[in-house]
Amino acid sequence: MEFPTALVLNAIIAGLLLGGFYAALSVGISISFGMLDVVNIAHPAFIILGSYIAYIVNGWMGVDPIVVSLVVSPLFFALGILLYRIYYVCFERRGQESLRGLAFFFGILFITEVALVLIFGVDYRMVRTAYSETTWRLGPVDFPMRLVVPFLVSVTMVVGVQLFLTHTFFGRAVLAVAQDPLALRLMGVNPTRVKGLAFALSIATAGVAGAFLIVIQPVQPAIGREYIGLVFAICVLGGMGSIWGTLLGAFVLGIAESFTSTFFGPSWAPAVSFGLLLAALGFKPSGLLGR
Amino acid sequence: MNRLTTWFTTGLIVFSLALVAPALAQQPLKIGFGMSLTGPLAGNGKAALIAMQIWAEDLNAKGGLLGRKVELVYYDDQTNPSTVPSIYNKLLDVDKVDLLVSGYGTNVIAPAMPIVMQRNMAFMGLFGLNVNSKFDYDRYFQIMPAGPEPAIGWTQGFFDIAMGLSPKPQTIALVGADAEYPALALEGARAQVKRTGLKVVYDKTYPPNTVDFSPIVRAIAATNADLVFVASYPPDSAGMVRAANEVGLKARMFGGGLVGPQFAALKTQLGPLLNGIVNYETYVPDVAGKFPFLEQFLAKYQGRAIREGVDPLGFYLPPYAYAMMQVLEQAIKATGGLDQAKLADYMHTYEFDTFVGKVRFAKNGEWAQPRMLTVQYHSVIGNDLEQWMRPGHVTVLYPASYATGTVKAPYQDNKK
Repeated sequence: MEFPTALVLNAIIAGLLLGGFYAALSVGISISFGMLDVVNIAHPAFIILGSYIAYIVNGWMGVDPIVVSLVVSPLFFALGILLYRIYYVCFERRGQESLRGLAFFFGILFITEVALVLIFGVDYRMVRTAYSETTWRLGPVDFPMRLVVPFLVSVTMVVGVQLFLTHTFFGRAVLAVAQDPLALRLMGVNPTRVKGLAFALSIATAGVAGAFLIVIQPVQPAIGREYIGLVFAICVLGGMGSIWGTLLGAFVLGIAESFTSTFFGPSWAPAVSFGLLLAALGFKPSGLLGR
Repeated sequence: MNRLTTWFTTGLIVFSLALVAPALAQQPLKIGFGMSLTGPLAGNGKAALIAMQIWAEDLNAKGGLLGRKVELVYYDDQTNPSTVPSIYNKLLDVDKVDLLVSGYGTNVIAPAMPIVMQRNMAFMGLFGLNVNSKFDYDRYFQIMPAGPEPAIGWTQGFFDIAMGLSPKPQTIALVGADAEYPALALEGARAQVKRTGLKVVYDKTYPPNTVDFSPIVRAIAATNADLVFVASYPPDSAGMVRAANEVGLKARMFGGGLVGPQFAALKTQLGPLLNGIVNYETYVPDVAGKFPFLEQFLAKYQGRAIREGVDPLGFYLPPYAYAMMQVLEQAIKATGGLDQAKLADYMHTYEFDTFVGKVRFAKNGEWAQPRMLTVQYHSVIGNDLEQWMRPGHVTVLYPASYATGTVKAPYQDNKK
């Protein structure tokens, strides 16, 4: 097996770019599942919803889908607050969040899919942007803008979320609620409100990730299901509730996938990625950067 | 009193039967199937359903079949093969359908086959690739024009054209998704490789949920293959085509078995990126003269498809979905009933006149003669749909009787 330098460099860059996209998909799960212990299996449905909103606005007004997603992220935030309220009142407050809560999010996943089918039909949708067909070349290395732009925005978003969580009062309250909600309550903070806002933040990131998805590949209402395993795997690999861990885990899986596809055949990519996950958890059960 | 009651009751029964009998005679003729109305192949499934509904409406407007209105009974198989057996059992046992046809695609036709065979039903398949090779069922028929050896017929055009290049190509890269159709298409391509003596320098598959195809295309580019044969589903076709453009793939021919460029969605979204690709199609406006009856169907279909958010061109699958029902209709009319053995026997023996031309079936239920078009996209500018509705952007290369030009190689020269 030969490893020409150009192929190795391209595999690493492609893996990093892919990892950046994976990080955007997974950061919301890292918050909801990793920090709040809410198994939001419907997370990919909100990603697809974000894709469709970006698609509509792009079609109507020609606005870049990623700009659209940033503008409409407050709507996703509000949707997240509403959704968590329902989840809390119906399940969490009654201590029935484990199985019934899971069924609730499954329901949300299917309802969202069916609603999208009824409104938009089942055809594949994709957007073209000013940079979709541009590729920068630096020596032997390619930088397709279709992946570079989502990568840059994604990394900025993930770093922003991390800074927000560690440098603001509310962010620290989220970290606290992840560790000990009772202690937070004793300090006069309502953990339910904190969890609601944190959950809303996770849904807002899903909306933005949806715009990345439709820039990268065609989307149809059911395509989100393909990402359920991946986002949870990245969250666990990185370490439950660790945003830096999520970013690192996404890069690891992205590079592993890209490297395997280039040198050993793409059909091995999932086996290598999930093998890495198992190995990492074997050596460090709390994940790469988990505590 | 007792006698009076008996007479009254008997009269009532006779009167009721007299009322009910015509109603029973008027019960609709039910045709059942599962169809992908959600899931990854729903775009094709819904387009096929519209075509079948148009057929039923056309037929019912003319009085139906055997004096009965035709009713389509269908369920969404979610593009999920595991739902198919229960759908077909329900159609037969609960809905009591008179006839069965398949949903769209290899992966949902294959799981219906054991049930259909158990009940000895005649079964029309809609674009399943080589399904009957595993079952060898004598009442199976297929409307896709891939010929009696579908896996080979499917790829015949690509390889015949490639081997006609001068100088002859020496090497080939084969790549496809880990899924039913691509696996069968690659199987056919490997048979063609053996026939033509090409050297395989890359032969790999990828998982269906692959996001970035540039590592795959880069690995293929590193082999300097003369030919690149791809068997993929719509999202990965888009990924492959984009990656080939981003990486700057150089090959004498690229394409072969991409599912997706046949539909308006990918045609418009990929636009000029399709230039140079050699692929299969079942109909293009450039050969409209060979399909004289199709225009009236497409006019009906396109109006409805736009409203329902599915493929607004309808060139690929809908005409064949309609033709599938025409075959069934003609067989029922000719045999004068629903006897499954007689229907199958008739379908094996006679030729059918359909919107997609004359159809005759081989012993294994596939088309007796292959007629899959191999085409090359060219001169595509911009992303509007209009350009695809008229001739000028697709050269039909194969079969010879449909050819409108010759291939322009190498692939990358079409980008200039």
